[in-house]
Amino acid sequence: MGKGKRKREEGAGDAPVAAAAERAGERKAEAAGGSGKSGVLPSMIKNKIKRTELHSKLKHERKLEKRRKAKAREAASKRALELGEEPPPKSVPRTIENTRESDETVCRPDDEELFAGNDADEFSAVLKQERTPKILITTCRFHSTRGRAFIAELLSVIPNTHYYKRGTYELKKIIEYAKKKDFTSVIIVHTNRREPDALLIIGLPDGPTAHFKLSKLVLREDINNHGNPTRHMPELVLNNFTTRLGHRVGRLLQSLFPQSPEFRGRRAVTFHNQRDFIFFRHHRYIFEDKEKKDESKKGTKDVKGKKPTAPKVIARLQECGPRFTLKLISLQHGTFDSKGGEFEWTHKPEMDTSRRRFFL
Amino acid sequence: MQHDDVIWQVIRHNHCSFMSKIVTGNFCRNPYNVTGICNRSSCPLANSRYATIRDHEGVFYLYMKTIERAHKPNDLWERIKLPRNYEKALELIDKHLQYWPKFLVHKNKQRLTKMTQYRIRMRKLVLKVREKIVTMPRKQQKREARREEKAEKAAVLEKSIEKELLERLKKGVYGDIYNYPVEAYDNILNMEEMKVADVEEEEEEEEPEIEYVEGYDDPEEEEDMEDFGGFLQGGSFDDEESAQRGHPHSRSGRRGRVVIEVEHDEGAGERKKARH
Repeated sequence: MGKGKRKREEGAGDAPVAAAAERAGERKAEAAGGSGKSGVLPSMIKNKIKRTELHSKLKHERKLEKRRKAKAREAASKRALELGEEPPPKSVPRTIENTRESDETVCRPDDEELFAGNDADEFSAVLKQERTPKILITTCRFHSTRGRAFIAELLSVIPNTHYYKRGTYELKKIIEYAKKKDFTSVIIVHTNRREPDALLIIGLPDGPTAHFKLSKLVLREDINNHGNPTRHMPELVLNNFTTRLGHRVGRLLQSLFPQSPEFRGRRAVTFHNQRDFIFFRHHRYIFEDKEKKDESKKGTKDVKGKKPTAPKVIARLQECGPRFTLKLISLQHGTFDSKGGEFEWTHKPEMDTSRRRFFL
Repeated sequence: MQHDDVIWQVIRHNHCSFMSKIVTGNFCRNPYNVTGICNRSSCPLANSRYATIRDHEGVFYLYMKTIERAHKPNDLWERIKLPRNYEKALELIDKHLQYWPKFLVHKNKQRLTKMTQYRIRMRKLVLKVREKIVTMPRKQQKREARREEKAEKAAVLEKSIEKELLERLKKGVYGDIYNYPVEAYDNILNMEEMKVADVEEEEEEEEPEIEYVEGYDDPEEEEDMEDFGGFLQGGSFDDEESAQRGHPHSRSGRRGRVVIEVEHDEGAGERKKARH
């Protein structure tokens, strides 16, 4: 009967063709069904109409199945709570971070080599507070309004920074000049199409050169309800730098800031690494007491009865300062020397082939 | 026999593949042309006696062709290496093109001058630093943008920053700045944790012993905790227990290490659990 309907729908011209195709499709479906699989995959049917039918049917079934499972789960946990038993364990959703490809360079907390490396690397002087960080910011040869605004904001975020105009000096000359004047880092903001789009952080005297791609820059004035940062030393929050490379990059970012934060200033600067993207945020925070009511559903709520309240402390953040994302393009050992330098890590397009592999 | 005029008429009036017409004039693309202009006297095809200077890897050679070798195309051009020194090269050109028409001698000397100048300039430029222009494949840009969006959503930045700050508060990094009722909070937490105590204990047995090495006594210097992936499952909860477990290491006071706080992104911790 289905076949008859189809014939009438498709019209006289292609009816025989459609009918033949239908029959062929059905034959194919039967053959596949009989080959031992529980169902027929839509991709095996050549006829588009039949295929879409089957696909929508399967989708509908899956949706119903999902709803049924969710209901059963809820019912089971409700029952368990009422009976006083522990609820059945919640299954963990699979995320990209869960299923990340295992990396042997992940740092462990008991790694002697790591500590030794940290002691001997270029940042140890700054991080052990033997030197206070002094930063030189400059731009690439071409300027832009947004670049200048971004640099102005960076000057307020990172303490002890100085801005110098670029002129037409070569980078290597700039680095020598900075070394002479006792700077600990040089930051170069590179502009492309009138937007800052790359950041080059060079540690001195012979620190590594990290080239970051900058994106999603939002200046302070464009943030709603932004706060204004004070001159207190900020606290640093570095999240999720797991591998050795990530650790090194984390220390590089750490060495830009002085290691003596003033907690009374309540300023926090965050570098959060997620899937190889480093998100920069700058907040002012405050801790508040929030009265929390105990949520037990045993019996009716007695208005006169005791409701045990526990003061729960929460932190509230007010964003101030710019917001941007960094992605590491290359890390070079030694100061800037793109031709002769030794690259510790470079990003190559073939590294992007797996969606579960991250390097930082 | 070599009939230059005939050749010239054929080339000029019909078609010469080396000639290119621009608004300003006719130019000759023949590599053996001295001046580069398409002329009766500058055409290397229409002149059976011709001389030019060519550059090979920074060395200049004087090329000469005579009518005697016109039937041997392979040996047509005679090549003489010119010395590096500009004056000596000029003298050499004079010597070799001694009885040649003045036009050719003059044009060759002019060409030599120009080539030496641009050779000097090329060498200077190589020493200078120039910006390299790279391509930005569109597909990759789009892919990066997409991944960045998703990473930002997965990061839940505000929550993770708040969590980190709260943990620092609990750890006591801030000292006495805030009136934080530690005992009351811990009591409430312990009450709530009775329910999940069993599950947590199982997990703790499986994990390796974490040694806490305290370098500095001053809590204010430990501002920067870096997070390592996937270790202490209940690290954020078990404050008291971890303090008890941090027995002093033999090397603790000596090297001045910073306390490595073991925190993790929840997802990574779960992964480790699954592997066990």
